Parts: sequence; C-alpha cells; structure tokens
Amino acid sequence: MSRRRPPLLRLVGLFWSTSVAAEMEYRTDFALAVLNSGFGLLTTLFGLSLVFGDGPSFAGWTWHQAMAVVGVFTILEGFTRAVLEPNLGQIVRHVQQGTLDFVLLKPVSAQLWLSTRGLSPWGFPDVALGVGLTVWAALRAGAGAADLALALVPLAAAVVTLYSLWFVLATTSIWFVKIYNVTQVLRTLVEAGRYPVSVYPFGHRMFFTFVVPVAFLTTVPAETLVGRGSWAWIAASVGLAAALALAARAFFRFALRFYTSASS
Amino acid sequence: MSVGSAEVVIHVEDLAKHYRVADKQPGVVGTLRHFVRRKHRLIEAVRGVSFDIARGEMVGFLGPNGAGKTTTLKMLTGLVHPTSGEATVSGFVPFRRDADFLRQITLVMGQKQQLVWDLPALDSLRINAAVYDVPKAEAERRVGELAEMLTISDILTQPVRKLSLGQRMKAELLAALLHRPTVVFLDEPTLGLDVNAQTAVRAFLRDYNERYGATILLTSHYMADITALCERVLLVHDGRLVYDGDLAAMVARVAPHREVEVELEQPLPAEQLAALGEIERVDGCVVRWLVPHGALTRTVAQIMQTLPVRDLRVTDPPIEEIIGRVFSEPAPGAKA
Repeated sequence: MSRRRPPLLRLVGLFWSTSVAAEMEYRTDFALAVLNSGFGLLTTLFGLSLVFGDGPSFAGWTWHQAMAVVGVFTILEGFTRAVLEPNLGQIVRHVQQGTLDFVLLKPVSAQLWLSTRGLSPWGFPDVALGVGLTVWAALRAGAGAADLALALVPLAAAVVTLYSLWFVLATTSIWFVKIYNVTQVLRTLVEAGRYPVSVYPFGHRMFFTFVVPVAFLTTVPAETLVGRGSWAWIAASVGLAAALALAARAFFRFALRFYTSASS
Repeated sequence: MSVGSAEVVIHVEDLAKHYRVADKQPGVVGTLRHFVRRKHRLIEAVRGVSFDIARGEMVGFLGPNGAGKTTTLKMLTGLVHPTSGEATVSGFVPFRRDADFLRQITLVMGQKQQLVWDLPALDSLRINAAVYDVPKAEAERRVGELAEMLTISDILTQPVRKLSLGQRMKAELLAALLHRPTVVFLDEPTLGLDVNAQTAVRAFLRDYNERYGATILLTSHYMADITALCERVLLVHDGRLVYDGDLAAMVARVAPHREVEVELEQPLPAEQLAALGEIERVDGCVVRWLVPHGALTRTVAQIMQTLPVRDLRVTDPPIEEIIGRVFSEPAPGAKA
C-alpha cells in the first residue's frame, strides 16, 4: 500500500520559493535580465520590420499578426529561461557530479523534481513582455476575447511540446554525459519560431512542422489568436504535446535503467 | 557471518554488477584509434557478494579504492541496477524505488551535497520535510532534536556556502536523517573532516543508532570510524567479499600479538629481556615485545615485578596494516 504522496502543489511552491530566494542573492542579474529581454525583443521587431518593409503583408501575414508570433515566441523564451534552463539544464550537471543520486533517493517522482526544482525569475521579464506584445498585437489584428481564450489551448500544448523535447534531450545525458551542445542545437532550431512558419521555403516548412515541430510552438498558437487557426491544427498540437509528454516519460524511465551514477 | 535469529533487514545474495567501460590508450595514436574503433572492457565491480544485516546493527564496509563498496551501496539504495543476484532492504527490492522503501532509507555521501549552496540549511530542510511528508510541527521538533545532537542549532540560518566543511557535513546528516530512516547507508561520511569533527560525527551516529534502533552500513577510509562504531566488518577486495565477521576476532586472528613497549630505568642484558617473551626491538632503554593476546596480563605483570620500569604501553598493530594482511592472504572461510 502506497502512502499518500505529498501535495504536489505545496511542494512545487516550496521548490520555487526557495529557488527564487537563492537567485535573489544576486540582485544585479535582474537588471541585466530586463535589459537582455528588451534588447532581444527590439532586435526581433527590427528584423520583422525589414521583412515587412515592402508592404503591409508578407507570406499572407499582416504586420500585427506576425507580431503576435513574435509575442508567442517571447513567452516561450521566457518559459525556457525561467523553467527549462534552471531545471533541465541542470540534469547534465546532476549526472556529471552524481547528485542525481539525491533526486532518485527521494520518494517523489524524479521527473517532477528534475522539472520543477528550480525557477529563475530572470525569465519573468520575457514572459511579461511576450504576453503584453501578444495581447496587444492580437487585439490590433482584430482578435476578440474568444480568440484569446481559445489560443490558450495551443499555447499550453506548445509549452508541453517544448518541455518534452528538452526533457528527452536532457535525459540522453545519462548515456552521453556531455550534451550541452544538443540542447543548444534545439534552442537554435526553436529560434526559427520567431517568424510564422509560412515565411520559410517548402522544405524548411516541412522540417519545422514534422521534424522539429517549431510550427506547433509559435505559428499554431498565433494563428488561433488572430482568428486564422483551424480546429484540425489545434487538435494536432494537443495530440502532439500529449504524445511527446508520454514519450518523454517513458524514455526517462528507460534511461534510468542505464544510470550508473558518477563514481565517488 | 550469520545474524542469528535477529530480524534481517538487509539481505544480499550473490550480488554482482558489471560495467562496460571504454578502454583508450594514451597519446595521439591512441586517441585516433579510440575515435575510429572504440574498444570496451568489462569491469566486474562486484562479483557475487552475499551477506545479511540484522535490524539495529552497525556494520563497517571496508576495502581499498575500487573494491566495489560504493557500487554495492548504490545497488542497495536502488540507484544502480544489479547485473545479477538478489538484494532486499526492509523487504523491498531496492531498484524498484518504491516510495515506501525510499522513506525508510537514506544515503549520506561525504563528497556530495544535497543542501542548496546559496540558502540557509533550514530552507533545504523545509523541502525535505515536504518531500517526506513530515508535518510542519513534527519537522520542527525533529530539526531541533537532531540539531542539538549535532550541536549545529545556531548555524541553520546561515547560507550553506558560509559554513565550514564540518558544519556542512553535520547539516547534510541532518537533512539526510530528517525523515528518520530506519536503514542508513553512509559512504565516507567523515571524508576531509578534521579530527574533532570526525569524532563528533561518530558520536552522533552512535547516538542515532541507539535512539532509533537504525541499521547502519558504513564505508570509510578512516579506520577510526570503523573501530569506534562497528563490531562487525565486511571486507571487500576486487569485488569479492573476503571477510565477514567480528572486527575484534579478525584482529585477533590476523594479528595474534599485541605490542608491549617499556621504557626502563637503565639498559638491561638481552638474555634477561628475552626470558619475558619475543622481543621485537631494543633501542637503549626502550624495549618492545610481541606478546600473544592470552599471555598479555601475565607478561605485563612479570615485567612490572622484575624490571625497573619507567613507562609501559600496550598497543595493537595499526588496523590498516591488519586489513592489508587480510587482503594479501584471504582468510580461511572467506567467501569468494
């Protein structure tokens, strides 16, 4: 008979409050994070303005609709910085230093621990800027409250998809130990999500839809947001997220069988 | 060694762990060869080890580096899957990592830390209390009690990075024992600590064992840890168990003599000294005899009565030397 598991929300709340407290020891980092977010956003918008320099629309997207894509991308960047990096980025270190042992010895899901133990407030400025830009651009593109509410579904699916891809790659460190580069490659590929996937040539579109599903990360939520989405794409994004989440979990369990623990 | 009728908490039978590791020659040629055609080699870290440990026992796990001690501990805590054989701890199969099993055990590793570096230990302890489902009031009571036993009540609010190595190790012990595990695995818990901190950690472990009846399996390079805490030792060498039994009995068998060193008022003729027993060394007024355990009291009494003694000391050969002898000549009845 298994005893009651500790209330997960309370646990995650504790994880995050201690994690933020640890980060707050370094105050100047916050100012740098705000500057970094603002500068990154301005650079993207400048690039977008060059693309739209020739007319009011490009590859079927208006300026405001394309800005909604940038907004969704910025939210995901913030999520990456706030949650994925401080957690999944640490898995490699845990494997190298052998501290994964402590995680595996705890009577809670190791995946939950590895995915939620840290929270970096330095991703918050990106999330705030991204949400602000997305809502503003969507409203300017003629979106209504229903569009905004419906877009939360593919956006949540995008978060789960991105997390699952990162988690699978981070899990491979159990075999390969040094996989910083692999997650860096994923980050670079996800950069393509700054722009609607239809701006890319056919081959790239196929790659970003079916191989590295960047289209589901930013384009599908943004399309839903500005009223260009379809139920089929929303369903596909939810299905993809669910499949990847289950696959990531199964893959992690499989990988643990090969964990040999760093020698003392 | 049998644990008799006592309740067996740790049962290990024919346990083995083999690793496949890359084998690379040094130099540029070796590197290129390794890149093109990778060679692997099988390491038999643990080879068919069997033993039982009863509830409340404190057992020392000894062996040179690479003998298989840590690998065995990791199999017993469920961190590493055994290649073959059987292990149960409190009736659980460790590698299944059942939550109820994990609540009953802990692993303290002298060279790894779980406390958050930038925060006071209390923050990490709050997390551990939540993870192990210890109610807040009970957690506070336990922290108070363990902190008092470890004499670290006043440092729990300081960031861990500001603590000395000894204080940090004590805080690590507190974090590892907050859920009050009944089976405690310790891997080099006093590594790098100064003599005072080592003594304090030993005293704490003995106290914890007595108060809560915990079963403790301990590896250490410091023989003083083992002699102070464990009556029974398991000696592993090259992945095999070469001795399982009473520490004192092993010492008596492998080193059947004790050393009696006497400082005399003045030098005496060798034949007068030899009449009292086997002389190991004579250096002016200082004489050292090797005396069998059974003859110790009689010989010491004779020396005191017949010789002009200024000072007398009775010592054992260093335990490291004794262990070395066991490794070089597997003891009779050793388990392979």
